[in-house]
Amino acid sequence: MTDTSVPLTTKKDWCTDQEVRWCPGCGDYSILTAVQMLLPELGVRRDHTVFVSGIGCSSRFPYYMNTYGVHSIHGRAPALATGIAVARPDLDVWVITGDGDGLSIGGNHLIHALRRNVNLTILLFNNQIYGLTKGQYSPTSEIGKVTKSTPFGSVDTPFNPISLALGAEATFVARTHDLDRKHMMETIRRAHDHRGAAFVEIYQNCNVFNDGAFDAILGKEVRADNLIPLVDGQPIRFGEDGRLGVVMQPDGRLRIAEVATVGEDALLIHDEARESAGLAFQLSHLASGPYEPTPVGVFRAVERPTYDGMVQGQLISAQERQGPGDLATLLASGGTWEVA
Amino acid sequence: MTDTADAATASEIEDISHVVIRFAGDSGDGMQLTGDRFTSVSAAFGNDLATLPDYPAEIRAPAGTLAGVSAFQIHISDHDILTPGDHPNVLVAMNPAALVANLADLPRGGTVILNADAFDERAYAKAGLALDPRQDGTLDGYAVYEVPMTSLTLKACEPTGAKPRDAERSKNFFALGLISWMYTRPTESTLAWIAKRFGAKPMVAEANRRSFIAGYNFGETTELFDHAFEVHPAPLAPGTYTNISGNTALAWGIIAAGQLANLPVFLGSYPITPASDILHELSKHKNFGVRTLQAEDEIAGVAAALGAAFAGQLAFTTTSGPGIDLKAETIGLAVSLELPLVIIDIQRGGPSTGLPTKTEQADLLHAMYGRHGECPVPIVAARTPSHCFEAVIEGVRIALKYRTPVFVLSDGYLANGSEPWRLPDVADLPSLAVPFATEANHLNADGTTTFWPYERDEKTLARPWAIPGTPGLEHRIGGIEKADGTGNISYDPVNHEHMVKLRAAKVAGIAATIGPTAVDDPYTVAGAGAGPGGRTAGRTEAEILVLGWGSTWGAITAAAGVLRGRGRKVATAHLVHLNPFPSDLGDVLRRYPRVLVPEMNLGQLSRLVRAEFLVDARSYGKVQGLPFTAAELETAINAALDAVPAVSAVSAVSAVSAVGGAR
Repeated sequence: MTDTSVPLTTKKDWCTDQEVRWCPGCGDYSILTAVQMLLPELGVRRDHTVFVSGIGCSSRFPYYMNTYGVHSIHGRAPALATGIAVARPDLDVWVITGDGDGLSIGGNHLIHALRRNVNLTILLFNNQIYGLTKGQYSPTSEIGKVTKSTPFGSVDTPFNPISLALGAEATFVARTHDLDRKHMMETIRRAHDHRGAAFVEIYQNCNVFNDGAFDAILGKEVRADNLIPLVDGQPIRFGEDGRLGVVMQPDGRLRIAEVATVGEDALLIHDEARESAGLAFQLSHLASGPYEPTPVGVFRAVERPTYDGMVQGQLISAQERQGPGDLATLLASGGTWEVA
Repeated sequence: MTDTADAATASEIEDISHVVIRFAGDSGDGMQLTGDRFTSVSAAFGNDLATLPDYPAEIRAPAGTLAGVSAFQIHISDHDILTPGDHPNVLVAMNPAALVANLADLPRGGTVILNADAFDERAYAKAGLALDPRQDGTLDGYAVYEVPMTSLTLKACEPTGAKPRDAERSKNFFALGLISWMYTRPTESTLAWIAKRFGAKPMVAEANRRSFIAGYNFGETTELFDHAFEVHPAPLAPGTYTNISGNTALAWGIIAAGQLANLPVFLGSYPITPASDILHELSKHKNFGVRTLQAEDEIAGVAAALGAAFAGQLAFTTTSGPGIDLKAETIGLAVSLELPLVIIDIQRGGPSTGLPTKTEQADLLHAMYGRHGECPVPIVAARTPSHCFEAVIEGVRIALKYRTPVFVLSDGYLANGSEPWRLPDVADLPSLAVPFATEANHLNADGTTTFWPYERDEKTLARPWAIPGTPGLEHRIGGIEKADGTGNISYDPVNHEHMVKLRAAKVAGIAATIGPTAVDDPYTVAGAGAGPGGRTAGRTEAEILVLGWGSTWGAITAAAGVLRGRGRKVATAHLVHLNPFPSDLGDVLRRYPRVLVPEMNLGQLSRLVRAEFLVDARSYGKVQGLPFTAAELETAINAALDAVPAVSAVSAVSAVSAVGGAR
């Protein structure tokens, strides 16, 4: 959609004069670049754009975006952003969060923003570690993770952010990673264009406290056989020359198969708009972690009325029904009597 | 005090000046509804009145038990009154548990009206009684009227065809009818109300109507009561009145503030007793553009409100003590972001879950200090149910003018209590409008201009409110310490101290706009003169100053009035602003040889004024989940006059004066 009243911008217009202070080599840099390159293409206005974050390395993001921005408190960005979006449906509101901020201390706000379908674009940088507090395990760290706070290995089962978002009734759920700018830009563009709560998990490398967390699937040599691109309406197929694919077994479970063995027609066709989230949930569990073939792209994209839109609708219909509020009438509405 | 039972003359209707009636029954008996209805009729009749609902936290505790007793007290009078009454004159008890739970409050000689049908062995057992309280001397000295309310209600409802179990539920209307006859209340409005309220269920409406009339006729035709009483209308100031509870006044004050500020109202809230009614009321008024968000928790409620404030709306969050605990971190963020936000705390008994349905004033220090770091938040407190309207408008004024979160404190007693309120003329309400920033505000050395989010107004120290959608004013703010002016992240030690002091100075500076302490002192020495702005300055012959805040206003004022009548020289002062204090408060306190601070806590305001002004303010606390009675305060003030020697107080005062030097 092109709005001719929106001034044309370049990446530079969306950058601030603040020195970017992530560690050299951090995956956050490439995400920042992808977003700064994408925004000029979206035809949106800087003054109508708000970035909201919580606490953590990723949450410094708003300081580097030349838009309106709030760097809030730990875990609360979805709640604060909900207030902004409900108050002002005319704004483009982004939430930048991480695996600790969004899934641990702020898990409750995240799931409720998703179930309400508030018009927010939520980018969750998942590096499977606490970086800002210098290296404790996070709710997405694999079992057995040895960190400063878990010297004998963590013993709790991690969250799968995609499964969690689907379980929270999210209308748009996607995954991308920090090594593929084009895929990031395309995925985030889709998320932005979605009306409602859009959730994007971004695999992001923390080269200081959890370096190489995604090497098993993102390494140059292994990537083709370990990233499963989800393309709407297409068979789910990957690997060198598309030799591998996803099929559904007679018992309803998904598995990876050689296309040569099962035949092309056996491959599952990806349908992101399927009403039931069941198959998307199964896809999200195809890999038990980022060390075996893992789907990326849009898992689910369905239309549902937005919370902010419906709130607005109730205001309008109340005014149509009752007329604009009159204070004197309100004060007298409980029954009055006169004293002469 | 006129006691109905002592009124022995056998005229048909006896005039009395006032009466306190308490309706008590099981949680399921509809006592709150009965009380509300009696209140509305009395208000419309023109009495002055004050009410005190008292109900358990359990929605339906086991029937017939002491834990399940729900009561509603109303004080009606033909003159200006300040409290719901220290003690009832009449107790209506629907079962034995209601009788024994409330009898201790009824002085001997008072009137007891019992539902005789509810008195049987099973009911005694449920109420934990070994014997029939009517036979064991418990009721000696009371005027007891036994009325078979259940059976008369069933009889009255027979023609409706309602099943006995359903018809029995109308017995509260029988009680209402009976008391309406006793106190000569008009019946038309209650009948109209029944028809409207229960219109969708014609059989229930008819059962309630018949029960109400049966109760009224029972009073008129039986010889049980020899006459009725009348409490004439009170000579209130001319105007249009409504009966209003504190929570409704707060909700309407919020809507009014939105209109006066010309801003859309946003409420982020999570249900909690006793604040939920504000959320309910505001949710009804969407045609005023009011957005209400029932959040997933207390934190999200205030966070969403803060987001709405950033986006340019008039933002509120409503809660009680446990919610304030959870919101503390976000309130700190609001202090750092310097955005307008009004936090409404309907205080209840604590700590922890405490007494959810009972009142207390023990969150003052929490509002004052309950956040990490140096984190000043202005505090405004309401003193009566109707004053909640003004208090929240004042809170909004401060929040908008100074771009700061503000606490508005109410409590369970104000929230659910009600009183007649003379409606303000909407045209007389002050404008609260403040401008949004529209352009760059900082002149750079090279002659260009930039927008600095923390460039302050020289007078108020408020920063500009630049909302998204304003081209050229894009900016980023957050909870990390900011460089003065630019608002950029700064860890500079000296800048941090500067910013901490700036935020403190901004809040302290609010005192310039709040006027002098409201002192009621008839003993000011003539000729000492009123200072500028009509403030009471100079010497006084009063023996004591009773300093209060919040809902203790009625009881303090009533007690002081009685004591003055007995020749004790009692002055009072009541604070609406708790942070900052009025700038003359120290001078006022030092003027008196004794200062007594009654509070529904263990001494919170007293601690603040002692620390701030080095005066020997004595605390008088009560934490029983119930408001002070005027009689309790009479005793406390007398005790303070006897126990605290003025001499030592004066020497302390002079020592302070010496230290204070040129005050």
